[in-house]
Amino acid sequence: MVSVTRRTWLTTLAAAPMAGGLAAWAVDEKQAGQTRKWETIPPRELIRQRHFPDVELVTHEGKRVRYYDDLIRDKKVVLNLMYAHCEGICIPVTSNLVRVQKLLGDRMGRDIFFYSITLKPEEDSPKVLKAYAKTHGVRPGWTFLTGKPETIELVRRRLGFVDIVPKVDANKSSHIGMIRFGNEPKVRWGACPAQASPEHIVRTLLWDLG
Amino acid sequence: MHLLKFRPNKLAEIARKNRQEIIKAKLSRRDLFKMGLLTGSGYLVVKSGLSARAPQACGPTDCRPGCSPFVQPFQEPLPIMPVLPERDVNTYPEFVSRPPNDTPNSAINPANNLPFEGRTETHQSRGQFPPQKFLITRMAQNSNVIVHPALPPQTLWGFNLGDNNFTTDPALSPGPTVVTRYGSPVLIRRYNQLPPEPAFGGFGVPEVSTHLHNFHSGPDSDGGPCDPDQQRFFFREQYYDYFHNLARAGFGSTHPPNGDVNETLSTLWYHDHRVDHTAENVYKGMAGFLIAFSDGFDTGDEGTGFHLPSFFPFPSFDIPIILTDKLFNPGSGQLCFDTFGLDGLVGDTFLVNGKVQPFMDVFKRRYRFRVLDGGPSRFYQFFLTNPDNLNQQIPFWVISNDGNLLPTPLQVTSVLISVAERFDIIVDFKKIAQDFGATRLRLENRLVQVNGRGPTGQLFSAGQGNQLVEFRLGAIVTDNSVDPATGPQFFTLPTKPRSEARVTREFQFERRNGQWAINGQFVDCNNPRFRVKRNTAEIWVLENFQTDSLGWQHPIHIHMEEFQMLSRQFGAQPPPVERSRKDVVRLGRNERIELFFRFRDFLGVYPMHCHNTIHEDHAMMLLWEVDDVGDTIRRP
Repeated sequence: MVSVTRRTWLTTLAAAPMAGGLAAWAVDEKQAGQTRKWETIPPRELIRQRHFPDVELVTHEGKRVRYYDDLIRDKKVVLNLMYAHCEGICIPVTSNLVRVQKLLGDRMGRDIFFYSITLKPEEDSPKVLKAYAKTHGVRPGWTFLTGKPETIELVRRRLGFVDIVPKVDANKSSHIGMIRFGNEPKVRWGACPAQASPEHIVRTLLWDLG
Repeated sequence: MHLLKFRPNKLAEIARKNRQEIIKAKLSRRDLFKMGLLTGSGYLVVKSGLSARAPQACGPTDCRPGCSPFVQPFQEPLPIMPVLPERDVNTYPEFVSRPPNDTPNSAINPANNLPFEGRTETHQSRGQFPPQKFLITRMAQNSNVIVHPALPPQTLWGFNLGDNNFTTDPALSPGPTVVTRYGSPVLIRRYNQLPPEPAFGGFGVPEVSTHLHNFHSGPDSDGGPCDPDQQRFFFREQYYDYFHNLARAGFGSTHPPNGDVNETLSTLWYHDHRVDHTAENVYKGMAGFLIAFSDGFDTGDEGTGFHLPSFFPFPSFDIPIILTDKLFNPGSGQLCFDTFGLDGLVGDTFLVNGKVQPFMDVFKRRYRFRVLDGGPSRFYQFFLTNPDNLNQQIPFWVISNDGNLLPTPLQVTSVLISVAERFDIIVDFKKIAQDFGATRLRLENRLVQVNGRGPTGQLFSAGQGNQLVEFRLGAIVTDNSVDPATGPQFFTLPTKPRSEARVTREFQFERRNGQWAINGQFVDCNNPRFRVKRNTAEIWVLENFQTDSLGWQHPIHIHMEEFQMLSRQFGAQPPPVERSRKDVVRLGRNERIELFFRFRDFLGVYPMHCHNTIHEDHAMMLLWEVDDVGDTIRRP
């Protein structure tokens, strides 16, 4: 290894490359003898920052809500994607989740909250979502959400509902068909196929949400 | 891998916020300089989201390849995991106060209102094989793990040596090596003393099910993910007694009373299998080796049996090696894992036996390395590279595949290994020093992989790959082990006649709406998909048909019994190194593989699943059941 004097280290640092300036980092602590200041973000805060921006959404009742503060914080939640005029999996998924809702009984809306987020906010106004919910026999404790298109896109990406193939990802009818569930205060997050059997989904949820 | 593609104005916003925080924190120029955030000319360095002109710069919550702090390789020696000590069941206090009975300890623990033991069934075959060896280990957190001197102490989850004192007996990752011997049935008590939520780093759940990967176990002790009726994972402050009869497969059927000697296993591993959270728990540290020795064969003493390099006494020439690639958060220097990822985790920092790129001082003689790909998602193709002469192609010997000694050693210059596969190799350092003049060698991975799909198909050129371990050759010493070049014979492969199969089944693995399905259906913990008739043979056909051009590779694992491959790649013979009994098969893109199984001795429910643990957690799994009737469903 070439020995690095303080002067050469400064020059290197000033010319630090763009993406992944690993060389700059490497030269940092060991050779220069500086002690590194590490900062750990507590787990709940880490998940919030990474996955739950506190953006504004609108419920199917027309109520404006803050995504993290009102919907996620302190709750046991189940999230999925849909859109009202979907020809693909949305209908079987929604009716499957309706069965799950029935099995969960009075826990829905008490400590377990379902959220379905529309992928087509331009089409799915609160009114449209409310009608959709009614048609499917959705009961209280399950909220449908819409918002500004760029907000919805941010929410979706942060939830990890992203396909590795850009073309597939851009195609709304082939959207990710899973539910993401979590116990937010306990920082436990998992996922499950939305079309698994309702009994399997319930068992999985109870194992994780407690 | 989920990409946070910020638009330029969003990035500028972040940069502005970060600079504001620096101002708010009243960090002096001196502080900034010390933190490596200020250039000599006083500008904030282009990293850590401080500059709006760094589109892929790593942010404080990021956990992706390229963002881990860079650390120098070969700073610390390769750890050798300690052996889990044997306990006297008549005097060791834990076993005296809570005897390891066949019937689970269902008395309620007043401290947590749960049964003391998480197990809900008795141990199959225990009557025939009463336990002789008793072991105990406790799963717990260790916040003082040094993986590299330049990284802060890590907080990992692991297994200790058994005492209820984590100061003197801290949890280890990899866990202690469990040493067993055929003919000496083993009972292992595992305690769950993991911390309550929320978990450090935001990943890991404190329920566990310890799977002994590859052993022929009853479902009561297999450590599987889930079962329609029985509890598999257990909770904090519970324990679970796992029983392994250390008899070969066929003990109750084809080869009573002790099984078919040609079903002898040698290198196994144990790891967590908590359903839906296997990836994060194993990644957080919960894995270790189990070695099975056999008198007269793979004895552990190079003076006897097959004369394989000695495990006993110290110093050992038989070294278990677990490869795990990891990611570290740039701001905290801590191990990180994004539980919201779907495709697979490919790390940029390579740990071997828990240390980043260690070195190992070796004598000039033959060593046996039991190499395990500990995942979570990466495939490796490892070579021996002479860093002082990169052109040399250095041979070594493969003696075992998935813990099964091959009929005879095979000389190779590289091994392709996928998650959960094991290859035991013999490296003759003395011969290599003679023939190649090498004074040091690197165990080098040259297989290129950038995401959870699998390898790209390209190889790095010698010296350009991932340098996993540096072996530093020392003095010549006595070597009584067999020279693989003399063509020793180990075991004979059991027969695999197609005509013996009672039924042939087909399994198509596919991606469905961002997750994984088998024959179009998702995992169901309440319903096994099909029933195998005990003590019969079956042929399973695995198919991987791709719908997108880049495709996915999957290491598929079946519990309970091993298989032999009848064909690979639509009817071709498997390559020599795969003419073996195995329990993990690498299912390539657009491939069709036929497997021959015998399902013997035990009754109950077992899984088949992909061992890319992120795929496994996103439903690439099914349950099947062994009973005395069976069905003939062709596409379950």
